[in-house]
Formats: sequence, structure tokens, C-alpha cells
Amino acid sequence: MRVAQPLRTDVLPSALRWQRPNQLNGWRLLGYVTMAIAVVLVGLPMYWMLIAAFKTNQEIFTSPPTWIPLAPTLENFPAAWKQAPFGNFYVNSLLYTLVSGSAKILQAVFSAYAFAFLSFPRKNLVFVLLLMALMIPDEFTVLPNFLTLALVGWTNTYQGLLLPGFVSAFGTFLLRQHFLSLPREVLDAARVDGAGHLRTLFNVVLPMSRPVLATLVLLTAVSRWNDYLWPLIITNSTEMRTLSVGIALLFQKESGTVWGLVMAGTLYVVLPVLVLFLIVQRHIVEGIAAGAVKG
Amino acid sequence: MLGGAVVSAATLAEAAVPAGPPRARSRREFGEWLTFAAFVAPNLLLLTVFSYWPLLQNLALSFTDWDMISPVKRFVGLDNWVTVVTSSRFWQIALNTATFTVGSVGCTLVLGLLLALLLNQQLRFRNAARTVLFTPTVLSGAAVAIVWYFIFDPNWGMLKTALGWVGIPSPRWVVDVHWAMPAVIIVYVWKTVGYAAVIFLAGLQAIPRELYEAARVDGANAWDRFRWVTIPGLAPITFFLMVTTILLSFQAFDIINVMTAGGPVIATTTLLYEYYNQAFVAFHAGNAAVYAVMLFALMLILTVVQLRYVERRVTYG
Repeated sequence: MRVAQPLRTDVLPSALRWQRPNQLNGWRLLGYVTMAIAVVLVGLPMYWMLIAAFKTNQEIFTSPPTWIPLAPTLENFPAAWKQAPFGNFYVNSLLYTLVSGSAKILQAVFSAYAFAFLSFPRKNLVFVLLLMALMIPDEFTVLPNFLTLALVGWTNTYQGLLLPGFVSAFGTFLLRQHFLSLPREVLDAARVDGAGHLRTLFNVVLPMSRPVLATLVLLTAVSRWNDYLWPLIITNSTEMRTLSVGIALLFQKESGTVWGLVMAGTLYVVLPVLVLFLIVQRHIVEGIAAGAVKG
Repeated sequence: MLGGAVVSAATLAEAAVPAGPPRARSRREFGEWLTFAAFVAPNLLLLTVFSYWPLLQNLALSFTDWDMISPVKRFVGLDNWVTVVTSSRFWQIALNTATFTVGSVGCTLVLGLLLALLLNQQLRFRNAARTVLFTPTVLSGAAVAIVWYFIFDPNWGMLKTALGWVGIPSPRWVVDVHWAMPAVIIVYVWKTVGYAAVIFLAGLQAIPRELYEAARVDGANAWDRFRWVTIPGLAPITFFLMVTTILLSFQAFDIINVMTAGGPVIATTTLLYEYYNQAFVAFHAGNAAVYAVMLFALMLILTVVQLRYVERRVTYG
């Protein structure tokens, strides 16, 4: 493609100018300025959260506000920790993320393998049934699920908090699509070597699916950690709250009085996800993008 | 090495399968059915309890009068439906939902497209910029809402200062009936615009370069190339994004709950928020279920439209 171009340039001189990569012209400068503005606009609220957590309460209530803490302090962090049982919140959020998240992913792995490689009468009908679940968002089911679990006395318990998260519709769909794209021959080879389904799944299929698995694990973890409505409804004692719900309640109790403390609390909530995201952001961002383009 | 294994295995497998006697084959087939059932059953069972059953239960509850405490659910036919649909509260909520969806989806798509076009240029630091723009997407909505509440504070907030620089007095945002909805939309757009930008960017990069080169050879200028190559090339992904972000906007809860709790009065109460209100604040399961069923029907229609559209596939016109 590029080889042909020099021949064309004498016909269309503008084509050559457009191609030059590192030239700083007006448009390029405008691009940098726009990019800087966008980054500042989106980044500022996060910066604001960060610095407010290090400000004294006195400094927060000054007008105009300071853009860099004048007298940085760490005292908001232990103060926030004392205001609410953040230790419990962390344990609950970890359980909510790890236990429900792992169960969800395991279900996805097994179901996707079955739908991709095993035969069953009317398999496609069963698959359509599963696809229907994709159209039923969690928000829609909170009332019936609350009633179901109240019936067996599981409100405000870990079983009640965690169990509804064990289902997998989206993950199953995502993994099945990927499994179907794997070369059949490798699977048949494993079968011929005498590998059972479990061994084929864990030693052949999953190692060939690392990128898509990584995306699924990260997306699941982040959405579990941030989930709000279900933990809010099914728990009612402070010790059972997850971080997202716990911080909202602390905010409702303390807002307008001790902002530094509340901001320190929000940092407790977002920091684990923020650190994880900055380490693995390429997997998340590119995974999401790839999923959308392939449809 | 892998290639060799593949070829030999394929031949082996072809040779191996028809060799078994029919009886052994059907026994193996039955074994496979059992494995299938074992792999899929836990998921389907839980989906039945926690997804399909709720669907029916919402529908059934919408015909009952029940305070969620008393042992009797009274069947009242369409009473709840009539009560809800004839109340001015419902129409206000429907309008709020439309405002929120149109406002947030519109801004998210337009800004997301502009950011994607920007990030698609050969600029330094564009990957770093992409990371910053995407970060709000992964943050807890509840935490984000708290930070923004602080930013919107009409006395001490950052936004008041920023507006002061250009001489605009700060509205009272979340406590003002007219400004609460724009405030919620701003936060929501801030949180989702990076997602839209990343998807649009992927769509831009999926447009074949040859099309641009061919257009240039035909004498098309930058605007023509954008109008006749980029826009049609982005059509499928734009449609995907629009439906996805509309569906997501119907599910917005945490930001609204923390920032405004649906208020002031009911200025930021959406269909989903009213479902929560009726169920867990007013304890009126019947009315709540009416909202749930309406919301579900709305989302179902959108999903079906999407599926039909995807089937037809958008191509370069």
C-alpha cells in the first residue's frame, strides 16, 4: 500500500503533507490542548478526592479552596477507620468479590465448556434459555430475591449476600464464544490421548483461553467490588455492610461536618480497585474494546 | 510442534471415531449427556431461582396488594397498574427517566466520539490519556457520588470556585429541583464517557485503512473522509454503544441513591429508583412490581430491537 504512494503524490500533493507524522502544526497543537483539557476535566474530581483526604477540616472549609494541601495531615485515615467498622467492610467486600466472583467464573467455565463441546438433546434450546437470563438485569430481581431469601431466613447473612451472585449468564456466553473459536483438532487430540472432560477443560481449553479469562476475571472482580444495590438491600446491620454501602452510610451520617474524614473513607473504597486497574488496565480496556468490535 | 500434533491428532480422531461399535458409541453419548447436565445444572438451577422465578414473581406481585409483612397477599387484579399509571407521580418519573437517559446517553456518545477521534490521532501520551479517561468507569459509583457531592457543594465546593472564575454564580445543585438532575447526569457522564471513548476508538481502528487511502486518491478532503468513511464505518458500533448505554442508564442506581436519594421531592427519581422506593422504603410490593415489569418490558424491547438490527448488519453504504 505504502509503496504505491510516491507515484501518486505528484497527482495529489496534499496526500503527502497529511502523512507526515511528527510535525507540529496548528492541528496537532490543538489536539494536545484538547487532550490536556479532557484529562484535567476527568482527572480533577479524582485529584480532589485524593487531596481532600489529606486536608485538615479547617482547611476544607476555607474559601477559595486550596489546590494543594497547605498543612498535609494523615489524621483523617485513622479517624475514618474509627468512625465505621472498615475492617468488617473490607472482609465483606472481599468475600463478596472473591467467593461470589470465583463461583460465578467457575460456573461460566463449566457451562461454557458444556455448551461448546458436549452434546445434549435440544442443546440449543437450553442455550436460548440461558441467553434469556442475559436480559434480566440484577437490579430487576432485587425485590423477588429479597423475598425468596427472607422466606428461608437468609436476610443479613453471608449466604443471602453471596448466593445470588453465583449465577453466570454473561460469562458463560463470553467464554462459549471463545471456546468455539479454538481449533477442534487440539481438543480431539486430548480426547485421543485419553483425557477426560475435566482434564481437557483445565489442561487444554483454559490455558488456550488466558486473555479472555483474564478479561472476564477482571471485569467480574471490579463489578463485584463496586456492586451496591443488592448488598444495600440484603444486609441491615453495620457489620454486614460492604465497602460501597458502608461508605454511603458513613457519608449520610457525617456529610457537611467532616469532609476530610469522608474522603479518606472513599479512598479506602476505591484504592484497591484503582491500584489493580493501573496495573492491569491494558487487559481491561482492550478486552472491553475487543468484545464490542467482535459483537 | 503443535502443528504436527494437530495434524496427526486429526487423522487419528477421524480414524478412531467411526471404529467403535454402535452400542459403545451410544453409551458414550449418554455419558456425555450426563457430563453436560452436571456441568450446566448448578448454573441453570440458580438462574431459575434468582433470575427466571423473579420474572414471574414480579409479574404476580404486580396484581397483589401486599405490605411485605402481613402473611396475606390480596389479589387486586389491575388495581396497582391503574393506580400507578393514572398518578401524576408516575408521569413525572417517566419524564425523569427519559430526561436522564436522553441527557446522559446523548452526552456520553457525543463526548465519547470526540475523545475517541482525538485519541486516534498520532499524539504522544495518548495511552496515558486513555488510562485517565477510562479510570472513572472502574470506580465505585457510591464513592464517586460522595466525591461529586463535595465538588457540587454550593459553599465550599470546587465547582463553585471554577464557575466563579468565569463569573457564573453556582447553582445549589443537588438541593435544587431544577439542578439536581443535571448534577446527576454530569456525574454519570463523567463516569461512563471513558467507556464510550474506548469502544469508539476500537471501532475507529477497525475501519480498514485502505478505505481512507482510496478516498484520498479519489480527492476526498479531511471532512469528506470523515463524512463518507468514518461515519458509515462507525455505524454498527455506534448502534451497539447506544443500546448498551441506554440499557445501563435504566440501571443507574448507586449515584442517584447516594447523591440525591431520588430528590429533592422526586426530581431525580427514575423508574428503577421508584421500584426501590416502593419496595424498600414504602413497602408496597405491588406498586414496586408494576415498575419492575414496566422497566423489564422496556429493556426487552430494546434488546430485541438490537438483536434484529445486528442480524441485518450495517455495512459500508
